[in-house]
Amino acid sequence: MATHTPRRHGGVFDVLQEWITTVDHKKIGLMYIGYALIFLVVAGAEALLMRVQLAVPNNHFVSPQTFNRLFTMHGTTMVFFVGMPILFGFGNYLIPLMIGARDMAFPRLNAFSFWISAFGGFLLYFSYLAGSGLYGAGTAPDVGWFAYAPLTSRVFSPGHSTDYWTLSVLLSGVGSIGTALNIVATALTMRCRGMKLSRMPLLVWLYVVTSCIAFIAVSPLTAAQIMLVIDRYLGGHFFDTQAGGSAVLWMHFFWIFGHPEVYILVLPAFAFANEIIPVFSRKAIFGYPAMVAATVAIGFISMGVWAHHMFTVGLGPEANAFFTFSTMVIAVPTGIKIFNWLATMWGGSIRFATPMIFSIGFLFQFLIAGLTGVMLAASPFDWQLGNSYFVVAHFHYVLVGAILFMIFAAFYFWYPKITGRMMSETLGKWHFWLFVIGFHMTFDFMHVPGLLGMPRRIYTYEADRGWGGWNMIVSIGAIFQTAATLIFVYNLIRSYYKGEEAGPDPWDAWTLEWSTSSPPPSYNFAEIPTVHSRRPLWDLKHPDDPDTNYE
Amino acid sequence: MVGSMNSGMVERFFAGFDQQAGFEHGVRRLHATQMLATVFDPSSTNIFAPKGTPAQSILGLSVLVLGICAGIFLVVAGLLLYTIIRYRSRPGDENHEPAQIYGSNQVELSWTVIPILIIVALFLASARVIFVTQKIPKPATALDVVVIGHQFWWEYRYPKLGIVTANELHVPVSEPTHPTPTYLTMSSADTDHSFWVPRLAGKTDLIPNKVNTMWIDPEQAGLYLGQCAQYCGVQHAKMLIRVYADTPEQFSAWVAAQQHVALQVPSAAAGREVFLHNACVNCHTVSGTEAKGIFGPDLSHVASRATIASGSVPNTPENLRAFINNPSDIKPGVLMPAMHLNDRDLDAVTQYLSTLR
Amino acid sequence: MSTAVAVSHSTEDDWKQPSRGMVGMACLIAAESAIFIIFVIAYIFYTGKSLTGPTPREVLDLPIFSTVCLLSSSITVHFAVHQLRAGKIGQCSAWLAGTVLLGGIFIGSTAKEWYELIYHHGLTIRTNLFGTTFYSLVGLHASHVIAGLIMLSLALIFSLQGKVNAHHAERLEVLSVYWHFVDAVWVVVFTVVYVLGR
Repeated sequence: MATHTPRRHGGVFDVLQEWITTVDHKKIGLMYIGYALIFLVVAGAEALLMRVQLAVPNNHFVSPQTFNRLFTMHGTTMVFFVGMPILFGFGNYLIPLMIGARDMAFPRLNAFSFWISAFGGFLLYFSYLAGSGLYGAGTAPDVGWFAYAPLTSRVFSPGHSTDYWTLSVLLSGVGSIGTALNIVATALTMRCRGMKLSRMPLLVWLYVVTSCIAFIAVSPLTAAQIMLVIDRYLGGHFFDTQAGGSAVLWMHFFWIFGHPEVYILVLPAFAFANEIIPVFSRKAIFGYPAMVAATVAIGFISMGVWAHHMFTVGLGPEANAFFTFSTMVIAVPTGIKIFNWLATMWGGSIRFATPMIFSIGFLFQFLIAGLTGVMLAASPFDWQLGNSYFVVAHFHYVLVGAILFMIFAAFYFWYPKITGRMMSETLGKWHFWLFVIGFHMTFDFMHVPGLLGMPRRIYTYEADRGWGGWNMIVSIGAIFQTAATLIFVYNLIRSYYKGEEAGPDPWDAWTLEWSTSSPPPSYNFAEIPTVHSRRPLWDLKHPDDPDTNYE
Repeated sequence: MVGSMNSGMVERFFAGFDQQAGFEHGVRRLHATQMLATVFDPSSTNIFAPKGTPAQSILGLSVLVLGICAGIFLVVAGLLLYTIIRYRSRPGDENHEPAQIYGSNQVELSWTVIPILIIVALFLASARVIFVTQKIPKPATALDVVVIGHQFWWEYRYPKLGIVTANELHVPVSEPTHPTPTYLTMSSADTDHSFWVPRLAGKTDLIPNKVNTMWIDPEQAGLYLGQCAQYCGVQHAKMLIRVYADTPEQFSAWVAAQQHVALQVPSAAAGREVFLHNACVNCHTVSGTEAKGIFGPDLSHVASRATIASGSVPNTPENLRAFINNPSDIKPGVLMPAMHLNDRDLDAVTQYLSTLR
Repeated sequence: MSTAVAVSHSTEDDWKQPSRGMVGMACLIAAESAIFIIFVIAYIFYTGKSLTGPTPREVLDLPIFSTVCLLSSSITVHFAVHQLRAGKIGQCSAWLAGTVLLGGIFIGSTAKEWYELIYHHGLTIRTNLFGTTFYSLVGLHASHVIAGLIMLSLALIFSLQGKVNAHHAERLEVLSVYWHFVDAVWVVVFTVVYVLGR
C-alpha cells in the first residue's frame, strides 16, 4: 500500500497524483475522513468563538454580523462537511472489507462523489473571500443552517453569500446521493460467497438503510436548493412572499430533509456501536434480526416526523397532535436498540479499552438525548422549548454525545486496521475523560438557559435574565473539549509513527476486515473469502462451536 | 381544521380528561412546580414560573413528561451501570469466552411493548394540552391585538380601540372570575419572527403571508419579558418583548392616553419642525401631523414607553439622542440610518420626541 | 427497490447477486423520484395562488401528440434491447434511431410550446407563481429527456459503428429503465400540469 510505504522514487507530486486520481475505496475513505477532520477543527473553532462571545451578557467580542455568520457556518459545516463525509469515509473504507469485496461497486463514481463534496466545502469557505461579489470585501452566509425563507431572498440577502451556501449544499447533496447509491449497490451486489443478507454485518445493514434514507431525504433538499437558485438567479417566486410564495413551504421541504438527516448521521454511529460493543463484551450482538428491523423501522418512521420542527409555525392542533405521535413512536425502535446493546453487554466479559469506554459514553448520552427528544416531541412543551437553548443542547447531545463519541470509538477501533499500529491507550483515556467532563459541562448546563427563556441564535443577551452564570459554565466546558480534541489529534499523529504494531486482528474480533493484513493490501483479500455465518472469524477461532449452529 | 361536530367531540373528550388528570396530579404537581420555580428563581423568563393559563397548562404537561423521563433514565442508566460493573472483565477471563446468547423474542417483545404504552400515555397527555390551548372558543370579553413582526421590532395594533403602538404591549390582567384574555393575531412584514413570553405562553411564529393566532391571560399585574425566538436577521438578539399586564384602571387610563392625538407642546415646536422636515416622516407616524410613515414604529406616544429600540435601552433623553444620532451604535444592524443632524437639531428633535407622551 | 432476496440459497455453491447496473439505476430512480415529487408538490401547492395572470387555462394546450411520441419511445427502446439481446445489431440500431427520433419530436414540441408561451403569451419564469412552477417542473423533466437522448444517441452511434454486441444488452437495458422512468414522470407531469392544474 503506497500510502504507508512510499515508493522509493516517489516524489511529492507522485504521491499527490496517486491520491488525486485514486479510485481505491480505502484511499477515498481516508480522504473523506481527513477532509472531515480538517472541517471539524474549523467548525470547532467557530463554536469556540461563539462560546467566548456568549460567556457573559452584553459581550462585544464579535459583532452581530460576525456571530450570525459563525453559527451559519458552524452548522452547515458540521452537518454537511464533517458529519456526512466522516461517516461516508468510514463506510467507504469498511464496507468492502466487511463483505469480502475488493472495491465498491462503482469506483469512479466513488471518486466523483468525494471530489464534488470536497468542492462544495471549498465553495462554502470561499464565500469569505467572494461572498459579496467582486466589488465587496466578501462575507460568509448568515442565514442560519436551515436558511428559512424569506431571509434567503435577494431582498433580505443581497450579494452572493447565500448563493455560496446554496450551491455548496447542493453539491454536497449530489455527492451524498452518489456515495449512498454506491453503498447500496456494493452491499447488494458485491458480497463474498456465502454472505447472505441475513449474514451481512450490522454495520453494512445500517449503512444500507442510511443510504436509502439519503435517497429519499437528501433529494428533497437538492430540489429545494434548485428552487432557491431559480428564485435568486432567474427571478422565480417559489419562496418569494411578496409574490404569493410561501415561507412555510421551504420549512416543510427543508425539514423533510432535515429530520431524516439526523438519522442519516446517527445510524452510522449505531453501526459502529453494533460492531464495537459485541467485540469488547465478548458476546454476539443480542437480537440481530430485531436490530435490522428496528433500523428499517427508524428509516420509515423518520420520513413522517419532520414537522416536529414546526410546532410553533401554526400547523393547527390536528397536525401538531399527529407529529407529536409520530415523533414519539420513533422512540420505540430506538429504545429497542439501546436495550439490545445492554443485553449484549449483559452476561459478557466487558473489556474497557478506549473504543469501549467511548461506546459506553455513547450509550449513556444517547439515552439522555433520546429522553430530551421525547420532551421536545410533546408539542406543548416544544412551544416553550422550541428554538431555545434547550433544543440546541438536545441536538448537540445527539451530535456530540452520541455521534461524535461513536466516531471517536471508531477511530480507536479501526485505526490499527487502517495504519497497522495501535493508538495509545493512555492518551485515549485522557482524551475520553477530558472530553466527557467538557461535554457534560457544556451540554448538560446548556439545557438550563433554554428552560429560562434563552432563544438560540442571539449574539448577546440581557444581564437581567439570569442566563449569565449558566452560559459561563457552558463556555468553560468548551475549553475542556478543545484540550481533549488536541490530545486526540496528537494521538492520531504520534501513533502513526510510534504506535505498537497491531497485527491483523488486535481486538480478537469476528468480522472479515480483521482477516486481512493491517493495513490491507490495495486488493483487500488475496483470496476472496467464503463465509458461513455472521461472524466468520468466530467460526475460524472456535471450530468446535461455530455460529453456524445457531443462526 | 376538522368539522365542527368532530371538534366538539374532541373538546368534550379532552375536557373530561383534563378534570381527571388535574384532580389526580394536583398536589404532586404543585410541589414539583414550586421546586423548579425556586431553583431558577432569578430569571424573569423562567418557564417554571408561569403566570397565565397557556404557560400553566404547558408546565403541568412538562412536569409529567419530565417525571416519566426521569424514571426511564433512572431505570436504564441504573441497568447500564449495573451491567458494566457486574460484567466487567476479570483476571482469568482472557482464556475463555462468555456464553454466547443470540437473542430472545420474549425479552425483546417486552421492551417493545412497554415503551409503546408509555408513549401512548404521553401522547394523550400532550394532545389534551394541544387541544385545550389551540381549540378553545374565544370569549366575548377578549381583547384583540394585531401583532406584526418587523426587522427588528414589534408593531401592536388594537383595531377596536384605534391604537397603534410598538414594542411594549399593554394588556389587561385576566381575573379568573372575569376572564379578559388577549387574542393576538400575528403576521410578519418581512422575515420570520416568533413571539415568546415564557411566563405567559409558548411561542408562536410570525410568518409573512400567513396569519397565526395565540392568546395570553396574565393572572397578575406586572411586566413580562420575552424576545423574538426565530432568527430574523442581523439584530435578532435585540428584538425584545415587553408585555405590561395592567389592572383594569391602569389599562383604561393607558387606552385613553393612547387614543389621544399626539401632543403638540409649543416649547417643542422647533424639534417638531426638524422631525417633519427630515427623512423621519418617511418611516414614522406621529398622529395629527404629516408624518405617516409605516416602516418604523409609530411615535405618537413614544415618550410613554419605558424603553426604545425594541427594549434595548431605557427611554432616557440621552439614549434617545444617541439613537437618533447613530442608531447602529446602540443596535448594530438596525434598519434606521444615521440621521446626520447637527447638535442643535439633534437636541431639538430629542426634546420633541420626549414630549410625545 | 430491487433487494437481493433472491440470493437465499441453502448452499454457498450457487452464488448469485443482482446486477450492479440495475441496482445502481434503481437507487438513482429512487433519488430522482424524490426530487420530482418535491417539484410536483410545489406545483400543486401553488396552483391557483398566482397573484397575476396568465393562468394555466388561458395559455396551456394539451400536448397530446408529443405525449404519444414520448410514450411510444418506451416501446421502441424496449424492442431495441430485445433485438440486441438476440444479437440483431441492425434491428437494434433501427429501434434506437426510432427512439431518438420520437424523443426529439417531444423535445421539439416542448421548445415550440415554450416559445409561444414566452413570445405570444408573455409568460416567463418571473411572471408569476404559475410561470415559476411550470417552467421548473416541465424544464426539470425536459432536462432529463435531453440527458436520456444524449445517452441513447451515443448508444445509436456505437451500434452504427458496429461496436455493440449482445454482451452490452444489460447496459442498454439499464439505460432503457432510465428512459421508462422519464416517461413515467411525464405521465405524472402531464396529469398534474395539463389535466388537474388547468
